[in-house]
Amino acid sequence: MISFNVLVSICLLYVLGLFAVAYAAERWAETGRFAILRSPLVYTLSISVYCTAWTFYGAVGSAARNGLEFVAIYLGPTLVFVGWWLLLHKLVRIGRVQRITSIADLLSSRYGKSGGMAVLVTVLAVVGTTPYIALQLQSMTLSFAVFTTATGAPAPSPTVTAFYVAAGLAVFTIIFGTRNLDANERHHGVVTAIAVEAVVKLAALLSVGIFVVWGVANGPADIFARMDPELLQSSQVFNTRWLTLNFLSACAIICLPRMFQVIVVENANERHLATASWAFPLYLFLMSLFVLPIAIAGQSILAPDANPDLFVLTVPLDQGQQTLATLAFLGGFSSATSMVIVASIALSTMVSNHIVLPLWLRMNASRNPASDDVRDLLLRSRRLSIAVVVALGYVYFQFNGGTGALASIGLIAFLGVAQVLPALLGGLFWHSATRPAAIASICTGFFVWAYTLFVPSFGGAALMGPETLASGPFGILWLAPQNLLGVGITDPLVHAVFWSLGLNTLVFITVSLLTTPSAIERLQSVQFINVFGQVSPRRGITRNTTIEDLLVLAQRILGREEAMALFKAQARHQGKDSPLPDATNELIATLEREIAGSVGAAAAHAMMAQVTGGAEISFEDMIAVADETAQIMEYSARLETQSKELEQAAAQLRHANAKLTELGAQKDTFLSQVSHELRTPMTSIRTFSEILQDGDTLEPDQLNHFATIIHSESIRLTRLLDDILDLSFMENGRVQLNLETVPLQNIIDRALATTQAQANELGAVIRRDKTAEQITLYTDADRLSQVLINLVTNALKHCGTTPPEVSVLSGLHNGKLVITVADNGKGISDDDIDLIFEKFSKLSKKFTSGSAGLGLPISREIVKNLGGTLVYAGNSMGAVFRITLPLAASETPITA
Amino acid sequence: MHERVLLIEDEPHIVEALSFLLTREGLSVSTHSDGSNAAETAARLTPDLVILDVMLPGKSGFDILSEIRGTEGMADTPVLMLTAKGQSRDRAAAQAAGASMFMTKPFSNREIVANIKALLE
Repeated sequence: MISFNVLVSICLLYVLGLFAVAYAAERWAETGRFAILRSPLVYTLSISVYCTAWTFYGAVGSAARNGLEFVAIYLGPTLVFVGWWLLLHKLVRIGRVQRITSIADLLSSRYGKSGGMAVLVTVLAVVGTTPYIALQLQSMTLSFAVFTTATGAPAPSPTVTAFYVAAGLAVFTIIFGTRNLDANERHHGVVTAIAVEAVVKLAALLSVGIFVVWGVANGPADIFARMDPELLQSSQVFNTRWLTLNFLSACAIICLPRMFQVIVVENANERHLATASWAFPLYLFLMSLFVLPIAIAGQSILAPDANPDLFVLTVPLDQGQQTLATLAFLGGFSSATSMVIVASIALSTMVSNHIVLPLWLRMNASRNPASDDVRDLLLRSRRLSIAVVVALGYVYFQFNGGTGALASIGLIAFLGVAQVLPALLGGLFWHSATRPAAIASICTGFFVWAYTLFVPSFGGAALMGPETLASGPFGILWLAPQNLLGVGITDPLVHAVFWSLGLNTLVFITVSLLTTPSAIERLQSVQFINVFGQVSPRRGITRNTTIEDLLVLAQRILGREEAMALFKAQARHQGKDSPLPDATNELIATLEREIAGSVGAAAAHAMMAQVTGGAEISFEDMIAVADETAQIMEYSARLETQSKELEQAAAQLRHANAKLTELGAQKDTFLSQVSHELRTPMTSIRTFSEILQDGDTLEPDQLNHFATIIHSESIRLTRLLDDILDLSFMENGRVQLNLETVPLQNIIDRALATTQAQANELGAVIRRDKTAEQITLYTDADRLSQVLINLVTNALKHCGTTPPEVSVLSGLHNGKLVITVADNGKGISDDDIDLIFEKFSKLSKKFTSGSAGLGLPISREIVKNLGGTLVYAGNSMGAVFRITLPLAASETPITA
Repeated sequence: MHERVLLIEDEPHIVEALSFLLTREGLSVSTHSDGSNAAETAARLTPDLVILDVMLPGKSGFDILSEIRGTEGMADTPVLMLTAKGQSRDRAAAQAAGASMFMTKPFSNREIVANIKALLE
């Protein structure tokens, strides 16, 4: 009998052997001897990490309970591998092209390099893998226990065994899983050790099988004769549950972090996948070959209460086959250790890459992330992550150990991780899949899985009591975790698969249709979905090209003459007599350069690729073309802005021109009016002077009268010219003001003295309030008095009342001087109010005697130059004009 | 029988000067100084010749000319137009309105008298 200590020693020796293998492999890798390490065989054997202790021991248990149900666990992966070109090939290619390090990395990369996505998948993977690690620990402690019970040797409690196993695994994984940071996350030593373990597993199971069939029974016929006929009742096996198991195990081979690690990340050569596509199913076939015989043998020779999950061990032990039992033990040990090692490596990569490193970078944003610090940090975080992952498995084992069959724990874990499947498949095949959809679908599936399967699996634990399980939370029956909506799926696993993956997929499709992928998601979706379409456009470029096609393209871009010249020169260069050269690669390169000079490099490359290679335009080319187009669009946007500015400038010019034209027209009108006003007195002067010249005998009175007319018209003419010049100067702001401090009374005195004669003639009354005139102001006294003269004269002339009454009143209002000149006439008609300040206004005819209608325009300009305003203030008591002036005029006259 | 001339002009000194000149030549001169009802005056007096200023208060000389031409029996009455603006545009407008002759102020006495006599023959 093998004692416990011997068993432990054998285990330690075995582990040391694995150490040696792994170490040698690392050495080989360092010396570049990859060929041995990276053969298709090693690749295939490493995939056998799929067969954990669960399949090693549990398959027999399953076969003993449910007959051929266990086949599903092998059939699912077999189908995936046989159909490798459908999915696995694409996964592996993407993994290599995109340098993917984990399934979390893959999904994150596909969905716009999203950090949140990576964290979510990492958490899911950790949660889904932890029970599985616990399962391995449980199987190892059980197998230890079997030996110790069989031998009666003293043994530590299962918890202690599990602790040492877990610690040992963590150490091994840390040593070989984190020796260095490989750019592609490849672990030569570990993979080689896993391959060796795969051989041990297979050898152990085959040995036990052969022993059972030919050692215990007398060949296959005998062993199947012993079988309980109910075990093969196909109607009880090939049901919904069986199909579900097939589906789940197929999902597992794609989605489980450790499977992704060995199939995608550790893949050194895509062709290895082709070998594995038949070799791995063969391995699975051999692994499953003796499952049923061992189960039958166990049931026929062992006590009815024997645990069928341990038949692989207990049957040889029962038959006294110590060595065989030890080999079987090592097979189970290999299954468990290889799973834990690869799973913890895969998880630690995810945890450190997607959780620890981003956190560290955020906390140390200022530090250079290219420094050695990060390498150290990553290595340390990987080591810690491995320890934590294994520890989690250990804790789960402590918490949940011993309950439930091994197989059920494995299936629970499968379904948890399978929640990434819709997002993964969508990411590989569907352009419209979006990040929000992926996140929502995984969260939904994860929640439903936890609610319907994971939490209830704790069985009566505090998380979910049996009454909740039976009648739903708070008595809501349709929310019962294992009978949602009461659809009546009795098998909890099938129920959970249906609801979690069903809702997951539904949410994924719905949200994808409702949301729009971001730019980077579109880009990544093309990179992922068209991963096989990326053929370099230069390869085989001349294959489909005719020189005529090239000439057409060249002529279109370069112009007829230049294209012909280029082709002739090329033909001469090739030593040909005809004007057309051969379509050599050299010619194509030259042509592309020439075209690039016209349309830019990317567009030229794309055009040439189109002509020469048909559809061989790479995605990068399209992106480059798009970039160039974007630049062109930006350029044209700038041009548009410029042309808008030009348009504005043109509009301003048009406006200015219109103004000038208007001013020109005004000037013409003004000149025409001036001409008219000058010609009128000149006509009188000329006519009367010619009459005088005629020498007719005129009466002395008549003679005198005519001379007086000539005289007055001459004065009118002179005054008119003065006014015109005055107005012109003032309008241009060039009038010279003679500013002085002067009492207002003096100014009004002077103005009224000038108009006195006219007033007397008309018998007019002029009123003023001298007390209100006690104001001193700083202004041009002559100009202001000129304005007053104008206003008083107009009032006297035009008020139309006899006798005219004119009042000149002054006062201060808001710190300004206000002078009003009012008469007692009828005022100015509404039609004329607008015209009175116009030069030569039509009213001028009414104002004629001596004035050309420039008085009011001139007065207004004077007041303006003195800093004030002159307005017509209404007809309340005859015509009222109001001057408002500052008490001190500004030195610099206001330009009009 | 003296030929009758109607002088439509608002500038009093020019009215006085032309009246003196034409009376001296033996013509009978009537004057009208406002534009607004000049055509009515012309229709009432049916003169042998009209001297018409372009710039009149109330109504433009061109409008008055059109009205005169529209008056029965005055379609062929010679009309001499006077303008102080002297622009070719006015000359064209005067011709279009049916003026017989167009003179720019200031004018020579001899010339205007000769023109009036020519128009009256």
